[in-house]
Amino acid sequence: MSNIPSELRYASTHEWVRPEGDGVFTVGISEHAQDLLGDMVFVELPDVGDHVSAGEDVAVAESVKAASDVYAPISGEIVEVNEALEDSPEQVNSDPYGDGWLFKVKAEDPSEVDGLLDAEGYENSIDED
Amino acid sequence: MSSTTPLHAKHIEAGAKMVDFFGWDMPISYGSQIEEHHAVRQDAGMFDVSHMTIVDATGSQAKDYLRFLLANDVAKLQDKGKALYSGMLNEAGGVVDDLIVYHFDETNYRLVVNSATREKDMSWLREKAQGFDVTITERPEFAMIAVQGPNAKEKAASLFSDAQKEAVAGMKPFFGVQAEDLFIATTGYTGEAGYEIMVPKERAGQFWQGLLDAGVKPCGLGARDTLRLEAGMNLYGQDMDETVSPLAANMGWTITWEPADRDFVGRKALEQQREAGTDKLIGLVMTEKGVLRAGQKVRTENGEGVITSGTFSPTLGHAIAMARVPAGVGERVEVEMRKKWVTVKVVKPSFVRNGKSVL
Repeated sequence: MSNIPSELRYASTHEWVRPEGDGVFTVGISEHAQDLLGDMVFVELPDVGDHVSAGEDVAVAESVKAASDVYAPISGEIVEVNEALEDSPEQVNSDPYGDGWLFKVKAEDPSEVDGLLDAEGYENSIDED
Repeated sequence: MSSTTPLHAKHIEAGAKMVDFFGWDMPISYGSQIEEHHAVRQDAGMFDVSHMTIVDATGSQAKDYLRFLLANDVAKLQDKGKALYSGMLNEAGGVVDDLIVYHFDETNYRLVVNSATREKDMSWLREKAQGFDVTITERPEFAMIAVQGPNAKEKAASLFSDAQKEAVAGMKPFFGVQAEDLFIATTGYTGEAGYEIMVPKERAGQFWQGLLDAGVKPCGLGARDTLRLEAGMNLYGQDMDETVSPLAANMGWTITWEPADRDFVGRKALEQQREAGTDKLIGLVMTEKGVLRAGQKVRTENGEGVITSGTFSPTLGHAIAMARVPAGVGERVEVEMRKKWVTVKVVKPSFVRNGKSVL
C-alpha cells in the first residue's frame, strides 16, 4: 500500500500539506500521485510572491507519461519554492514527502487546512478511484 | 482474460508495475523507467518480448509468396540468416503491419510481427498464401527476450554454450542464427547493439534469471518506448496504421520498387501515392521545458499536421517527437501544447544511436 503519513493533511487532488508554523504550510504531491505519474522530468513551480486561491492550478508536474496540474490546497501567498527540483525533478519520485516538496504557502486563513482530508480520508478517496 | 508470457512470474517477483498491453499483462517498468532507459544506453538491459508473434513461412514457393506479400523484397536476402525490415501493405497502400523477416533459404523464412495485430496478421498471412505452395506456422513454443546495450552481447554470451558462442562470433547486425536450443538475432528496437533471443518457453525463466545474474537490468514497455523513439523507430498503431501510406511514415526506404514487374500487395496504390505526393513523417525537437506528446496539433506553413509519438528523451534531456505533416515544411513548426503554440525545430526522425545524439 501507498505511504500516507498520518501527520499531514491532503487534498482529494493528491496534494499534501504540512504546517511549518507562523501560518506557513509546505505543499507537495502524495506518494500515490507520483507513483501514478511515474518518472518526473519537469516541475513547473509558481513564483514567490504569487497569490493563489484554493483549488487554483499553480504548478505542473510533468512525467515521462503525462503532464498533471497541481492545485493549491489552500489560499495564500507563495513564500518559497523548491528550486532543487529544477535540476532534480526525480526527488518528487524518490522522496515525495521530503526533498520532493513543491512550494510553501503563507495561508490567508490557516483554518482552511482543517477542511482538508486527514490520512484516513485521503486513503479512502484513493480507494474509490 | 489477459494473456501472460512465460516470464510473467519473473516480472511479478521483481515487483514490476504491470499494465494491459493489447490483452497482454506486461511490465511497464520495474521502478524507474528512466533508469531502465539509461541502462540500455550505457550498459545492458533486457525486455520480455514474448508477446510478439513468431511465424515460419516454409515451402517451395515461400520466397515468391513473401515477394508478393511484402513491400520490401526478400530477393535481396542472399546470406543465410540475413534479416529484412518491411511493411506489409493492403491493396490501398496502407500498412497492415511492420515486421522483420529472416531468410534461411528460399523455402524457409521466419517472420516476427507485432502482438497487438496478431489475429489480423495471421488471417492476412493465410489469406495471401492462397495459390502459393507455402505453409504458415505460428511458433508459440518460444519466449523472446531482447538484450540491448553496449555490454549486452558480452553479458548475454556468458549464458551461451561454446557452440552458441561460435555461431554468433562475428555475426553482423540484422542476422539471426539457430544455435542449439536458441535462435539468436542481432536485431532490436532500441538503437543499441544487442540480441533478440528466442528461447524455448520452459527455459525462459531460467534464462531470464541468468541474464539478471549477469547484471542485465530488466526494462519495461515504458523504457522500450522512449528508446525506440530516440532511435527514430516507428511504433505500429501510433506512427502508422492501415490508413497511412509507408511514404507518409518514413518507410520509403523499406519499399523496393525495382524490378518494376514485381507485383506486391499495395504496389498500384503506392505508385499513385508516390505520383501524387504524400504527407511526411518528420522529427521534432524542443529544448524548452515541457514534453511533446502524441496527438498534439502541428502548424506549418503548408498546413496542419499531428504528433504521432512524443516523449521526454532521457538521453538528450529534452522533448522529442515524430509528427506527420504536409510535405516540404521548413526548419521550424509550431506545436499546440497545453493551449499555447510553441515553436519547435524540425529534424530527421532519428535522435540517438549507440548512446550518442545524432542531432
